[in-house]
Amino acid sequence: MLDLLKLRKRHGFQAIADIRHAIVMDTHRGFPVIDEAINNNDLQKAIDICPTKAITGNQASIDLGKCIFCAECERASNGAIRFSSDHKLGTSKKDHLVVTSGMDYTEYSTSAIDAQKEIHKLFGRSLKLRQVSAGGCNGCELELSACGNVNFDMGRFGIDFVASPRHADGIVITGPITKNMAPALQDVYKSISDPKIVIAVGACAISGGVFADSEELNREFLDTVKVDLFIPGCPPHPLTMINAILDFIGKKK
Amino acid sequence: MNWFEIKNLQSVSLNEIPRLPIDDLRNQLIEKIKCGMRLVQLFAEKESDGNTLYVIVADDRNSRLGVASSKIPVHLSYRSFSTELPCASLFERELFEQFGIRPDGHPWLKPVRKGIAGVDPAQTPFQFFSMNGEEIHEVGVGPVHAGIIEPGHFRFSCHGEKVYYLEIEHGFQHRGVENLFIKKNHHSTAQVMLSESLAGDTVIGHCGSFVRAIEALGNVSVSRKAKTIRTIALELERIAVHLGDLSALSGDVAYLTGNAVFGALRTTVINTTMSICGNRFGRGLLTVGGVHYDISSPLQETIGSAINHLEDDVLLAGEVLFSSASVLERFEKTGIVEKETAKEIGMVGPAARASGIAIDVRSDHPFGAYESFPVHTLTLESGDVFARAYIRFVEIQQSIKIIRDQLNNLSDGELNNTATGLQPNRFVVSLTEGWRGEIAHILLTDHDGHLKRIKIKDPSFNNWLALALAVRDEEISDFPLCNKSFNLSYCGVDL
Repeated sequence: MLDLLKLRKRHGFQAIADIRHAIVMDTHRGFPVIDEAINNNDLQKAIDICPTKAITGNQASIDLGKCIFCAECERASNGAIRFSSDHKLGTSKKDHLVVTSGMDYTEYSTSAIDAQKEIHKLFGRSLKLRQVSAGGCNGCELELSACGNVNFDMGRFGIDFVASPRHADGIVITGPITKNMAPALQDVYKSISDPKIVIAVGACAISGGVFADSEELNREFLDTVKVDLFIPGCPPHPLTMINAILDFIGKKK
Repeated sequence: MNWFEIKNLQSVSLNEIPRLPIDDLRNQLIEKIKCGMRLVQLFAEKESDGNTLYVIVADDRNSRLGVASSKIPVHLSYRSFSTELPCASLFERELFEQFGIRPDGHPWLKPVRKGIAGVDPAQTPFQFFSMNGEEIHEVGVGPVHAGIIEPGHFRFSCHGEKVYYLEIEHGFQHRGVENLFIKKNHHSTAQVMLSESLAGDTVIGHCGSFVRAIEALGNVSVSRKAKTIRTIALELERIAVHLGDLSALSGDVAYLTGNAVFGALRTTVINTTMSICGNRFGRGLLTVGGVHYDISSPLQETIGSAINHLEDDVLLAGEVLFSSASVLERFEKTGIVEKETAKEIGMVGPAARASGIAIDVRSDHPFGAYESFPVHTLTLESGDVFARAYIRFVEIQQSIKIIRDQLNNLSDGELNNTATGLQPNRFVVSLTEGWRGEIAHILLTDHDGHLKRIKIKDPSFNNWLALALAVRDEEISDFPLCNKSFNLSYCGVDL
């Protein structure tokens, strides 16, 4: 009994008090900054080494929907591409995931998520989500679980993951969507009553990620629905996920 | 003819591997397993005129691996190994699925990944084992589960609450990674990244296994320093997942203190990994030839004090968890896997050690920095949920000690050496003790020095059957607890 009390005392209060303004450790690889003056040689090296073809040359840009934040391009381009620790990367539109040379974090993040009044009215105080892992490696799944642990405690905002699609307001997809999971994913989506939202979490769900070239995928589902929120990363940090969802449902910053 | 004897990570010429007639191979394999060796892998490689079957066995006591092969012409079937060796069953099902090689007499021949996954239930030719009886009912769970976990399908045959039989169907996560590796032959960085995503909870384990295999095939040397950093990362991964499992096991028996405390401790560990390499799961740390990130002396101190603090917390939390009567009541004598069964089905990792089998790749087939210090293999006897939980508790303490020693051992040296091309026509087996158990990557190169075949085995491949056996005669409500006590990977099996 004494040990239990001692343990409780040591454990203390673990929750991050201010999720909206919490910062991530500076080693974390978040928003990439591309030097405006990047030369063609460095850019080409970065393009060549990128494992997911996230970097393109026309205007020197990185598609965060494909990027797995491995930092190979940072080393190959001699630092002309540099990953900052800025973590709020979620967007409402897929086009917005493309970071061009010279773009800074403030420019990216201020207009990334448009909080709609309708969404705020419906889900602002309670959002129940059903998660479907469709070929996910368990990385995104672990970080989604972490959103609910004592440190991040997403439940305090009324956002929870529920066991049945019948109880859910939306679906969170992780993984590149394998052929073998495509029917089940479709069934889950159909089982959620309207109005419902779709959130794509991680490079795999958004673009196929490292599995994009596989013949075992069937991503047709994404052509039939509107994805409301894209949360990039491999996997995204829990603070990236929670802040994106809070922005989306129009919680005050 | 004798089998070719190799060691872990020893690159050998493909021509040196003996080819035996299939019946000889079968008899010799059976004899070897009966003499106490362990089946590591049974896989095939497609050739123009048929398939070549490769068998790898481990002689754990002598740190040796035995390899032999056999040519199987197209459409030829052979006498199933599984009738004598239950541990070969899933491997043979995989051969059947991938190459159409038919083992005659296999007791339950159906594909590993394409039985029901993605198939219209009315269309699949494969059935579930079913029981008949007036009050027998079936419970189907999955592929989509209640929590945030990967997909798989479980089919229970029950009488009331009691489970008589559980059949586990995989394949929903099948991403075709083995072919993808070959497809990415001209982009070695992409191959390393792919190996990080084989199972996202075992990033260092799988990626480490892959890069060591590539290093062996390319004769790339790795500095002592890089090996040390890899070891620290691997042990941090082990601690983090074990803590997460203790948290989840506490949650499954409604012991909320354990659930919260171990969960919070896990966060500190994965954040320590992030302080080294910028990712909570160790992504981006490993590369062929070494590591990308250094542990500087200030960081060394930070990690040192973090693990000292962790050790105190873990000891206290473990003391509290394992002295709680309500926890022990649920953990003890639940989901027992007997030692004999464990041996027969070829279990690996902490789950095998909890059933009394003393195997640990770190001490049996040392790799990297483990070659320079002994790892004592820890075992328990009872094989129940308690043993699988408690072994995690003691392994966490062991890993903390390893990290502490390795931190003091950090010498000067190159972080990474440049990789060169791979040698042509080679064969290498790379074994790693991940937190779940033995990870096996087997790589074969063609005459141009490109990968022509990669065979990956996550420890889950060996252990899923153990879960199905553990829940027999248990109440179905104990299934989540049993499942968590193994914490097996779906995508590791589905590949």
